[in-house]
Amino acid sequence: MSVKVIKPGLLTTVQDLGRPGYFHLGIPMGGAMDRLALRAGNMLVGNDEDAAALEAVFMGPELAFEADAVVAVTGAEMPIFVDDEEQQGWTAFEIKAGQVLSFGFLKSGARAYIAISGGIDTPPALGSRSTYAIGALGGVNGRAIAAEDVLPLGQAGTSKTGATVPPELRRGPGSPAELRVLPGLYWHRITEAAQEHFFEDDWTVAPEADRMGYRFRNGRPLEFVEREQPFGAGSDPSNIVDGCYPYGSVQVPGGTEPIVLHRDAVSGGGYFMIGTVISADMDLIGQLQPHVPVKFVKVDMDTALDARHERAAQIDAMRAALR
Amino acid sequence: MAKQIQSPLPGTFYRKPAPEEPNFIEDGASIAVGDTIGLVEVMKTFHEVKAETAGDNARFQAENEAPVMAGAVLVEMD
Repeated sequence: MSVKVIKPGLLTTVQDLGRPGYFHLGIPMGGAMDRLALRAGNMLVGNDEDAAALEAVFMGPELAFEADAVVAVTGAEMPIFVDDEEQQGWTAFEIKAGQVLSFGFLKSGARAYIAISGGIDTPPALGSRSTYAIGALGGVNGRAIAAEDVLPLGQAGTSKTGATVPPELRRGPGSPAELRVLPGLYWHRITEAAQEHFFEDDWTVAPEADRMGYRFRNGRPLEFVEREQPFGAGSDPSNIVDGCYPYGSVQVPGGTEPIVLHRDAVSGGGYFMIGTVISADMDLIGQLQPHVPVKFVKVDMDTALDARHERAAQIDAMRAALR
Repeated sequence: MAKQIQSPLPGTFYRKPAPEEPNFIEDGASIAVGDTIGLVEVMKTFHEVKAETAGDNARFQAENEAPVMAGAVLVEMD
């Protein structure tokens, strides 16, 4: 029960819902950048929602199946082929031993999730199979998959070929993508003008954006309120005395290019944070390609909590639809 | 129909290996299978785009340092 990697794609990693509980030690939660897409894929193929799947960024891998399996590809849109036959995204399909799964050029989104019945059964590390490449943890020997790797599969559950996620429950970013931000502890560090233009400006995703953080550029630089830097803080006005970095926190080194920390984030450091992208919108970031336009939208805690409930309801609706 | 080489990835396209160096392939030149025709930068790494088909009279459709989408036509040739 295994799948052999013919071509790995650009950077394809084993991901599940991550390993919460070690961030205070500097080990991030990790896991799928788009958690909803991972859950959807697992539901479609009859896995537990937290089973491990492949996260393929920008480019799909080529995989040879050595056993019959049910597969679903969710998240980013790219043409999906079993041998020469095209398959639908967000839909469970069968693949026979000896057949090859491959992909065409990315059409929209950034990360496709390839869920396979039984789940990827690489050894868990600290309670998760998620690949944290910087820490050489999880996945296949702590790294992205490579040609010739053989990925073990777990015991398959029951699934229905042809099951599909209703289109209204598939979530992806619009254009411009809107990311809702709750201003945070260091909000007072920038001027009122900067507080306004941060949310007015059109930003674009920088090509450096990765699993650690998504960088944005092309907005106006932020001006800081003048102060004498406190003891322990660096000399740049964007420096603070080291603090904890939450997932989704938006740091702006030098006041120029905001970075939203994502699943493989560092846990702390000395940059001020303008605020935090709300949890309901974190999945959307995982689907942003380089150079796409983004707006940050200022929200309050009530809106953030409502959005969180809406997102949970959406996952419930998906469970009900696929039961 | 003209042959095309497409970008396999979204990112920033570069026609030269480094800013001060010449283009990998000049317009009008011939391209052989396996030639590097440019780089696409994404996620802090540079990926070489290699020709999988040969052709003559290269006509670049993407400029140096241009943002490209996956599937964007980088060069046409005969």
